[in-house]
Amino acid sequence: MTAIIHPDASADRISERARFKAARRVRGLSDRGIAWLFVAPTIALLLAINIFPLIWMIRLSFTSLNLSMSYLPTRFVGLDNFNDILTDEDVWARLQTTASFVVWSVALEVLIGFGLALLINRQFRSHSFWTTIILLPMMLSPAVVGNFWTLLFQPQIGPFNYVVGLFTGIPPSSFSMTGEVALAPWTIVLVDTWMWSPYVMLICLAGLRSIPDYIYEAAEVDRASSLRQFWSITLPMVMPFLMLAVLFRAIENFKMFDMVNLLTSGGPGSTTELVSITLKRDAFEKWRTGYSSALAIILFVTVFGAANIYVKVLNRVKQR
Amino acid sequence: MTAAAKSSAHSVVEATPRAKTFAGVIVILYAVITILPLLWIAATAFKSQSDAIAYPPKVVFQPTLEGYVNLFTVRTRQTQEFIANLPPATTWYDKLVRQHDMVIAGPSKVVPRFINSLVIGFGSTFLAVLLGTLAAYAFSRFRIPLADDLLFFILSTRMMPPVAVAIPVYLMYRQLNLTDTKIGMILLYTAVNVSLAVWLLKGFIDEIPREYEEAALVDGYTRLQALRKVVLPQAVTGIAATAIFCLIFSWNEYAFAVLLTSGDAQTMPPFIPFIIGEGGQDWPAVAAATTLFVIPIVMFTILLRRHLLRGITFGAVRK
Repeated sequence: MTAIIHPDASADRISERARFKAARRVRGLSDRGIAWLFVAPTIALLLAINIFPLIWMIRLSFTSLNLSMSYLPTRFVGLDNFNDILTDEDVWARLQTTASFVVWSVALEVLIGFGLALLINRQFRSHSFWTTIILLPMMLSPAVVGNFWTLLFQPQIGPFNYVVGLFTGIPPSSFSMTGEVALAPWTIVLVDTWMWSPYVMLICLAGLRSIPDYIYEAAEVDRASSLRQFWSITLPMVMPFLMLAVLFRAIENFKMFDMVNLLTSGGPGSTTELVSITLKRDAFEKWRTGYSSALAIILFVTVFGAANIYVKVLNRVKQR
Repeated sequence: MTAAAKSSAHSVVEATPRAKTFAGVIVILYAVITILPLLWIAATAFKSQSDAIAYPPKVVFQPTLEGYVNLFTVRTRQTQEFIANLPPATTWYDKLVRQHDMVIAGPSKVVPRFINSLVIGFGSTFLAVLLGTLAAYAFSRFRIPLADDLLFFILSTRMMPPVAVAIPVYLMYRQLNLTDTKIGMILLYTAVNVSLAVWLLKGFIDEIPREYEEAALVDGYTRLQALRKVVLPQAVTGIAATAIFCLIFSWNEYAFAVLLTSGDAQTMPPFIPFIIGEGGQDWPAVAAATTLFVIPIVMFTILLRRHLLRGITFGAVRK
């Protein structure tokens, strides 16, 4: 970065600093005033768009409000909604679906992402061009991705089934990736992995590049095997970065809605119905506003806890 | 943070030529496989209806602009006599449509939806970067009580599940008559983007040495003048990168758009899946819309390559 120093700003005037400080206070706002003025609009916007509605929602979560039956009087029901949700086996089943989606997709993304990062870090020729190509999927709109994969997964006309058929001999029209109970949960994992492995790769690559060469050189002098070097140097040094990637992906996939909604819309049956899709159905199709507010709050608390850990890891990485 | 410069050829860290070749082959193979779905979509946009649903899937086909024409127009089916009695087709797209016994009835909704995406995207990006720059500057340069808690609060608003956020926002917007309005969507996207903007820009501004401003202040600049004439010119790359990240988010966003808009303010992502022709999804038209929608993102990704890492980690990891 090129530094642009204002021509008048010469260092020899710094001794006069005290005098100008006084002058500044007279002419402009005080620093504290400016700080307040600069931060206030952002905080105000977030209060208006995020916090005020959130508080409203907390209030609604204790009521029986149903927007499709708004002629009914809204009753205060206490913790009934929370009780209903936490004792509902269906909700637990959806949470389980979500958990297994999160675990499998993040695990595969770490495996592929870390693997790719290790390979790219060998810096073969043209590696930066191919890295950019690999990064493309994660920049796309998840909704658009979900939508065009439905074309690729079409049993008859889709190229995915055709390619699978080519390699395995299974007739391409005999299975449907998005329509079969046994396959659909893996289909959403597959598309998510396709989309987000590059994310893990990019962060791992930064971790690998943060390891100073002299550590490996010292290990080499000590005749440590390359496997030993990987376990004792590479892995522990990349770990904070990997943690960051895992946490972020886990949070993102826990609240996954767009891609899956367009790819399978929760089906077949409810095999891929992630908890966000349940929430959308309760809130925007059945209009059970009180009930869905309570469910939303349960999700909020979960994500908030995870985000808290995320920021701690973030700050630890930052210190490196 | 920065990787030590690779010293010389004898470095033990440098991979052997064989290891490099192996890595190259695997990575290039992965890259090619990962990009195939996108290439398939780009190709489908140039297929005719029948080629798009052919079995086995066609790799070699006669390219046609039907998909793009269908994307931008609404057509009605007519009898051949009716078409024969019409004045001769004057444009290439009229001719193309009439080959299939159709007549163009008017433009489709894709252009207004595209404009919505642009207006909402640029509007929310501008506001988020404006607010974000001010707040980031304050967090970077001044002592703000509870700064860490405030920053966490700002970030945590972005982490919330969009469907959960949409419930109270929907109720609030209904009261304020903001559902399905561009202003409503701009405000909402600004609120989501401002958290990213603050975190990213704080990182960029932290990197600008304070000495420059202090020198300017000593020269009699006010804080605001110092910000405008000293800090902003140096933060310009960071601001641009942040703006692109905000733009990409608004451009790609689906959950809020599908839940809070239905017509006037609908953006492209909820619109694309509902491009239908006679009997189901009109795949060439959907593919054409997807291609047009994705091209700016591809360009931005190449443009952002150096800052990508910062953007996706809220400015925590730099190279």
